[in-house]
Amino acid sequence: MDAKIFVLVAHKDGKADDSAFELAAAARAMFPGSAPIGLVCGSGVDAVCGEVAPLLAEVWKFNQVALGYPNAELIRPLLLNVIPAGSVLLLAHDTFGYDLGPGLSVKLGATYVPDVVGFDGLEETTLRVVRQEFAGQVSAHVNCNIANGAVVTVRSGAFKPAEAGPAGAIVDRSADAAGLTAKRKFVELIQAEAGDIDITREDVLVSVGRGIGDKENIALVEELAAAMGAAMSCSRPIVDAKWLDKGRQVGTSGKTVKPKVYLALGISGSFQHLGGIKGNPFLVAVNKNPKAPIFQVATVGIVADLLEFLPVLTEKIEKLK
Amino acid sequence: MEILVCVKRVPDSAENEISVGPGGTDIKRDDLVYSVNEWDNYAVEEAIQIVERDGGNVTVVSVGDSEAEDIVRREMAMGANNGLLATDAAFEGSDGLGVATILAAAATKASYDLILTGALADGGAAQVGGMIAALLDLPYASVVNKIETKDGKSLRIGREIEGGNQEVSDIELPCVLSIQTGINEPRYVGIRGIRKVASVEIPVLDAGALGIAAGSVGAAGAKVKRVDYFVPVAGAGAEMLTGSNDELASKLVELLKAKGGIK
Repeated sequence: MDAKIFVLVAHKDGKADDSAFELAAAARAMFPGSAPIGLVCGSGVDAVCGEVAPLLAEVWKFNQVALGYPNAELIRPLLLNVIPAGSVLLLAHDTFGYDLGPGLSVKLGATYVPDVVGFDGLEETTLRVVRQEFAGQVSAHVNCNIANGAVVTVRSGAFKPAEAGPAGAIVDRSADAAGLTAKRKFVELIQAEAGDIDITREDVLVSVGRGIGDKENIALVEELAAAMGAAMSCSRPIVDAKWLDKGRQVGTSGKTVKPKVYLALGISGSFQHLGGIKGNPFLVAVNKNPKAPIFQVATVGIVADLLEFLPVLTEKIEKLK
Repeated sequence: MEILVCVKRVPDSAENEISVGPGGTDIKRDDLVYSVNEWDNYAVEEAIQIVERDGGNVTVVSVGDSEAEDIVRREMAMGANNGLLATDAAFEGSDGLGVATILAAAATKASYDLILTGALADGGAAQVGGMIAALLDLPYASVVNKIETKDGKSLRIGREIEGGNQEVSDIELPCVLSIQTGINEPRYVGIRGIRKVASVEIPVLDAGALGIAAGSVGAAGAKVKRVDYFVPVAGAGAEMLTGSNDELASKLVELLKAKGGIK
């Protein structure tokens, strides 16, 4: 492939996002010998350009006040102006990628290759990747025809961050980003509520997911947490159902926690949930589904019915006292 | 407001153990429990709430066969006014862009102010809504967790971004939004509701009716093709404990004590 390879560099508060380092590595792994070009869009982005230049062959800077907040509806037409037909663009599979990527691929006439977790080869114009389906319960090899280019979104953690090399040249292309308008305008950012407990500071978390089945069964988890002297957290479906507060949600759309011990009760283990657990805790998974992806990452696994198992466990812990 | 909601019939991954079938070409589909994609159900509820507040109609559309029709009917039992089914042998094997092309064509059959999809479905791609928007040249926002109607010309929306923060924007109508779970509490659909819509005629649109050229969608038009399903070789994987509940609990208590999990 002699297509140009681009990496969209996400950044915040003057620093490149971790994804930029992983995408630079992904670009070189998928397209060996390519000279990946970083795209940095924003307002006051010199520091970010300098930070990522050692990862890339070249960095294109798009510095405009209008790009001060990353609005995909502005950045999509900007990229359409500057990316040649047939190119490959890599971006992170996150909420900005959801916004930008699918529409960009349509407008470029390029193939959309979403949520790549692994690379499995490139032959001529067929890119072979690994994806996950059904909430991570099974994986799939997928062949993508990228003869007309591709927009590829890469899951966080799928590639090890790139090491710094000789710094690529920074090219100021801000003039190409002038006069952009969009039918969607950013108003404000509302920070997540703190909630009644700060689960990010807890050493031991007893975390409950959809497998608990019913709101009234949450009491079984509360009793276990109380017996252990631990705090209770949860996965997203429990917050969606309004059984617990948002402040207790672990995951990419909730809190990032770093406990020493983490009990995942009835949690299947979606990458969004696992993305919120850092620091490699002693992770115990209890789930009635032996195929639940959580068992791939847990330290210890138990296949059991929570409603029967939790009272037995709580009673044994109570007896220690 | 005239609202179109795109829905998909999927194996319910919360209710099913998904495993790979013989030869890896498909998952084992016998005995799977199917339902409407969870995110789509929130999208339909949101549309119904908007129409209850501001007037208009909710139309639900799905790409698929007679089984997808059951899903459309279920969402009509929830309160959607109309249903549409896009069915054609030529649609089978469509990739994300194929599905988006079919839905975009269905959307042009009437004049909609707002098109909703779920933010994600069973494939985890989060792609169809953004593609529909691009195909129809409409503004788009993904993972929407709040919609406020304003003057009929625009909406104030919230997007759920990383860390649970909410990004608030104004977006012009008509537009396409993908809906995040938790935006509302989808209403319960009772047997009575299902019975009420059991015999409602649901119009079927084929490739001809939608003006879609054969070969542009379906397996023939797909540029993204699944080769096989597999179960990844787990790294170390979990050490699985076995025994009765009593034995399991005893083993776990010892481990938790050793790791400082019991204070």
